[in-house]
Amino acid sequence: MECVLGVVGRDFAVVAADTSAVQSILVHKTDEDKVMVLDSHKLMGASGEPGDRVQFTEFIQKNLHLYQFRNTIPLSTAAAANFTRGELATALRKNPYMVNIILGGYDKDVGASLYYIDYIATLHKIDKGAFGYGSYFCLSLMDKLYHPDMTVEEAVDLVDKCIKEIRLRLVVAPQNFVIKIVDKDGAREYARRELVGDNAPVDAAITVAA
Amino acid sequence: MARYDRAITVFSPDGHLFQVEYALEAVRKGNAAVGVRGTDTVVLGVEKKSTPKLQDSRSVRKIACLDTHIALACAGLKADARVLINRARVECQSHRLTVEDPVTVEYITRYIAGLQQKYTQSGGVRPFGLSTLIVGFDPYTDKPALYQTDPSGTFSAWKANATGRNSNSMREFLEKNYKETSGKETIKLAIRALLEVVESGGKNIEVAVMTKNDGLRELEEAEIDEYVAEIDAEKAAAEAAKKGAPKDT
Repeated sequence: MECVLGVVGRDFAVVAADTSAVQSILVHKTDEDKVMVLDSHKLMGASGEPGDRVQFTEFIQKNLHLYQFRNTIPLSTAAAANFTRGELATALRKNPYMVNIILGGYDKDVGASLYYIDYIATLHKIDKGAFGYGSYFCLSLMDKLYHPDMTVEEAVDLVDKCIKEIRLRLVVAPQNFVIKIVDKDGAREYARRELVGDNAPVDAAITVAA
Repeated sequence: MARYDRAITVFSPDGHLFQVEYALEAVRKGNAAVGVRGTDTVVLGVEKKSTPKLQDSRSVRKIACLDTHIALACAGLKADARVLINRARVECQSHRLTVEDPVTVEYITRYIAGLQQKYTQSGGVRPFGLSTLIVGFDPYTDKPALYQTDPSGTFSAWKANATGRNSNSMREFLEKNYKETSGKETIKLAIRALLEVVESGGKNIEVAVMTKNDGLRELEEAEIDEYVAEIDAEKAAAEAAKKGAPKDT
């Protein structure tokens, strides 16, 4: 089952997601990127119905770009989160999008922020959060190990511990993950954690460290 | 209600669409705008009519970005321009969403021109009172492009063109002086064309340069003044050379 998680550290936010694309008993691909870079300083990790996920996240991304061209300044993370929630809410009682979203962003005035947006248009501003069956393990780990103002190394270590737990304890667990980070220098891919697939090495960082 | 299904743009007995021609008049009264295509650069220049003292000049942007690789300048009714530019921006993103590819310059020009044409053939509306100069780089061939549209909805590609006030003089200048240029030479050519019809110098023109890698960049006033100074120096040197030659013989 798909997992998306996110954590806020000191002036940065991390959003991670598994990279499996599954349909019943078949794994279509193990390197599907589910964390979309919305604009220079925003990340949107999404899980749920594959068609809706791609359609909805691209729709949000293009509308963010349109706003930027119209107004020469980008939308803030909070505004983008509220816009996203609004779109989900409008479609909810007609033709709902089955997409759960962790939205992370960095604004110069506010710093890093993380938003939890579920498929029925719930919106919460959070420091740590997760979606999917993996959340049963991740949230407990985060409760125990999270503290405010973590460094990048500490935050990624926490994410790695979550990934390890998901791999270990979830039946039909996704093996490969992508970790993306957003800070004052922008949104970018930080790392991949791969155990299966064409390019999978033995991921020494995971097996040794934790 | 019945009034609004009458076309405003109708043919005259001798085959003219007067509303479209009047719209072209509105364009001729608008500020001067020039566009020049180089080998690796495209330049847009627009006349900035003197700003009233109390107006915040930063809120009056004459050159608009339609997408990361496309920009537009226009002459004519600025309010109409806002509407067209907005529709074009939406179309650029819509195109990216549906086909996962950025628009070509020709596509968006055809779209804008199509929109302008629609308003010459609909009931109860008047044509858009502006001509646009659209520049950009083709995302597939990396070639720079310059297009012009007008209120009738026609469009075509140009190496260099001008519209708005005194566009004929500017176009004549460009025809006489155009050659394939790149980088700074393209910018200088555009500014020289504008200076033919715009009073004095840097404060009265807005110039934007688009390159393949850096997108659209508005030139600062200081930079424009530098170019103007260079151009004036070149002109002075040319004058001196002309005066010098006959005396020698």
